[in-house]
Amino acid sequence: MAEQLLYLTELLGLKVYGLKGRVLGRVSDAALVPVVHPVRIDRLFIGGAFTWLTVRQEQVRRISLDGIYLSEENLTPYYPDESTLRLAQDLLDQQIIDAQGRKVVRVNDVTFEVTSEAGHDVLMIREVDIGLRSVFRRLAQGVLPRRMIRRLQSRIAPNSIGWEYCSIIERDPQRRLRLDISTSLLERMRPADLADIVEELSPEDREALIVAMEPETAAEALSEVEPDIQARIIEALEAERAADILEEMDPDEAADVLGDLEETTSEEILEEMEGAPKADVEELLEYDEDTAGGLMNTEFIAVHDSACAADAIEAVRSQPDLADGVTTLFLIDIDGRLCGFMPVTRALLARPETPLSELSPEEPVTAHVGEKAAKVAELFDKYNLLALPVVDDEGRIAGAVTADDIITLLRRK
Amino acid sequence: MFRRTRYHLALFFAVIGPGFITAMVDNDAGGIFTYSQAGARYGYLPLWTLLPITVLLIVTQEMCSRMGAVTGKGLSDLIREEFGLRTTFFMMAALVAANLTNVMANFAGVASSLELFGVSRYITVPFASVAVWLLIVKGTYGRVEKIFLFATVLYVCYIVSGVLVKPDWKEAAIYSVRPVVMLDPGYITMLIGMAGTSVAPWMQFYLQAAVVEKGVSAKEYAGSRVEVIVGCITMSVIAFFIIVACAGAIHSVRPRDIKDATDAALGLKPFGDAAYLLFSAGLFNASLFAACILPLSTSYTVCEGLGFESGVNKRFREAPIFYWLFTGLIVIGAGVVLVPGFPLVRMILASQVINGILLPFVLVFMIILVNKPRLMKKWVNSQFYNAVAWTSVVVLIGLTLALIAITIRGMIG
Repeated sequence: MAEQLLYLTELLGLKVYGLKGRVLGRVSDAALVPVVHPVRIDRLFIGGAFTWLTVRQEQVRRISLDGIYLSEENLTPYYPDESTLRLAQDLLDQQIIDAQGRKVVRVNDVTFEVTSEAGHDVLMIREVDIGLRSVFRRLAQGVLPRRMIRRLQSRIAPNSIGWEYCSIIERDPQRRLRLDISTSLLERMRPADLADIVEELSPEDREALIVAMEPETAAEALSEVEPDIQARIIEALEAERAADILEEMDPDEAADVLGDLEETTSEEILEEMEGAPKADVEELLEYDEDTAGGLMNTEFIAVHDSACAADAIEAVRSQPDLADGVTTLFLIDIDGRLCGFMPVTRALLARPETPLSELSPEEPVTAHVGEKAAKVAELFDKYNLLALPVVDDEGRIAGAVTADDIITLLRRK
Repeated sequence: MFRRTRYHLALFFAVIGPGFITAMVDNDAGGIFTYSQAGARYGYLPLWTLLPITVLLIVTQEMCSRMGAVTGKGLSDLIREEFGLRTTFFMMAALVAANLTNVMANFAGVASSLELFGVSRYITVPFASVAVWLLIVKGTYGRVEKIFLFATVLYVCYIVSGVLVKPDWKEAAIYSVRPVVMLDPGYITMLIGMAGTSVAPWMQFYLQAAVVEKGVSAKEYAGSRVEVIVGCITMSVIAFFIIVACAGAIHSVRPRDIKDATDAALGLKPFGDAAYLLFSAGLFNASLFAACILPLSTSYTVCEGLGFESGVNKRFREAPIFYWLFTGLIVIGAGVVLVPGFPLVRMILASQVINGILLPFVLVFMIILVNKPRLMKKWVNSQFYNAVAWTSVVVLIGLTLALIAITIRGMIG
C-alpha cells in the first residue's frame, strides 16, 4: 500500500516482535526528535511500568495493525531526553495551537502515515486529530478490535489539523529550543487572531508564548488583547522584556498598559525603556485614560503651513512606522500651533510644488488634552473625522486621536 | 498618576463573584427541601451540623479556587491532562446524567413555587426555560454576572421569612453549637442527607472554571480565598434560617414529614402571608438561579474536558456540541416537569446516587492535582492542610456512600 495510516491510539499497546517472532513488549510511547527530523518518529518505547526499552526507527522492519516487526534486536534502555517529544506524554490530551484554524485545541489522537524508507517502514506524523471521531477511537481502543473500530469510526466525520499547522505550547524556553519549536507559524497569523489565542491560554502559557515571540510580533498581538489580560502578562514578564515589548507598541497603548499596573511595577518597566518610545509614554501617562490626552497617540504628521505638497509627502516618507495608517496632515504655524488639517490624499494628488495653503486646508476641529473621551467620540461622529488633533493649553499640537482609538473606546463600554 | 486610582477598587470587584455564586447555588431546590425537611421533622436539633458542613465546604471550595487561580485551567482540563481521555469521558458522562436530573429538580422548583402564586406550570416553565436560554446565550458575561449577584441577594428572602416566623432564638442558638446524635434511623438519614447534598461534584467544576474565567491570578488569590470562605458561611446562614423557619412554623406545631419545598412554604402560612410568600419567592429565585447555572456549567465542563469548542461567545456552527448540550439540558430538564406522571422523585433520587458515585473520584483527583508541584508550584497543600483535606474527603465519601445506600434502599423498598 502506498499510503497507509496508523493512529497513535492504535500504536500504543501494539505488540513488538523480535527477529524470531518473539514478543519483546508492547509500545508504550513514541517520540519525535524534531532536530533530527520534523515529522518522522525517531524511536518507540516498549515495555512495562518500570523499565522501558528504546527501539530506534532504523531497527524497525515492518509496521502494521498486527504488530511491529524488528530487523534488529539490540535495544537500549530508555533514558529521558530533553530533545525528544514524547507523543503520549507531551502531546496527547494537551493543548496545542492550530495556526490555520486560529484556535487552541486539545489533542485527542495523532495520525501517522506508514511509509517505506531505505527498505524499512517508518512512521511520519501527518495530522493531529480533534473532534468526535478521535474521541470515539480513543474510548473504543482496547474494548473493540482495532479493525472494527476503523470500520465504525468511518461513519463519523473526521476533524484533523495538518501537523504543519500545529504549534506546540511549551513553557520552558530551553526545551523550546531543544524541540526546535519555532514561532514562525504564529508570527504569520494576524495579530488579532493571535491575541484571541493568547487570551484562551492559561497565564503561564501566555507568558511563555509572548516571551518566545519577537518583541515586535508580541507587541502587535498584545495590543489586541483585553486590557486586564494585557496588564497581567506584562506584569509577569521580566521588566527588561516587558520594556522591549512596550517600546514596540503604539505609545498610547503602551501607556494604557502601564497605567493598569501597580506603580512600582510600571516604574520598573519605564526605567528599562529607552529612547523616543519612553519619552512618549511618559508624557502620555500624565493624562487620565478617559480624556483626549489618554486616547491620543503622540505620533502624527505635522508640516509647516508654508510647505508645499512635496514637503508633505517627504514628511510622510520620513516616518515609515506611521505611513501605513496615516490619513490626515496637520498644518502648524511657526510656534507649533495648529492652523489647519487636510486629508493626506490631497497632497498626493496635487502637483509637488503646490503650496499646501492653496489646497484649501480645513479649519481644524481640535480637542484639548483634558477633554472627556465621550466628547471626543462625539466630535468624530459629528464631523465624520478620521483623525482629531489634540492640543495643549498653548494651542500646540500634543498628539492625535485616530478613528481606531474611538472604535476601541466605544467597544469597551 | 490618574490611571491608577481605580486599581484597588477594581481588584476587589474582580475577585468577588465565583465563590459566592457557587455557594449560593448550592442552596437550590434540592438543598432547600433537605433543610426544610430537617427543620420540619426535627426542629432545631440538626442545626449543629451546619458548622462542620461549612468547614467541609470551605476546604473543598478553597482547593478548587486555588487550583483555578494558580493553573489558569478548569478542573476538567486538568483531569483530562493528567488522567487522560477515558477517565474524563466517564466523569463527564456521569456529570451530565447527575446534572440533568438536578436541572429537572430545579425546573420543578420553579413550577411548584410559582403555582403557590397561582400561575400554572404550563405557562411558567416554558417561559422560564426560554428566559434562561436567552439570558445565557444572548447576555454578556458582565451583565449575566450582575444578574447572578443580584439573585444571590434575593436569598435574603429566607432570612426575613425565618425572622417573621418568630422562632425560639434561644433554642436555635443552643442547638447550633450543641451536637445532638440520636440513634433514630430517620434522624441519621437526615444528617447524612444534609452533609451529602452540601458538596456536589458540579460545584467543583463550576467554581474552578469561574475563577479561571474571571482571570483571578495566583497573586490576587488571597482575596479569592476570603470570598470563598464568606460565600460558604453565607450559604450556611441561609440554610440556618430555612431550618429555623421550618422548625418554628412546622415542627413547633406538629413535627411531620414534608412532601416538597412548597409544602414547607404552605406550612409557614399561619405565620402571615409575608413569611409564606417570601419563602416561596426564595424557592423560585433559587430554582431559577440553579436552572441557569447548571446547564451552562455542565456544557462548559464537558466541552472543555473532551476538547470541543465551547463558549457563549462562539456561534452555533463553531461550537455545535456545546450548544446542543446546553439546549438539551434545558429542554429536557424543563420538559419532563410538564409530563404528567413523570417519576421525578425517582429521578432525583437516582441523581443523588450518581452524584455520590462521582464525588469521591472528583475529590480524590482534586487532592492529587492540588498536590502536584508541577502544576501548583509553591501553592500545593501544606501537610496540615492535606491532613484536613483528606479527613474532609474521607468523611464526605463516607457520608455520600451512606447516602447512596440509604437512597437505594429507599428506591427498592
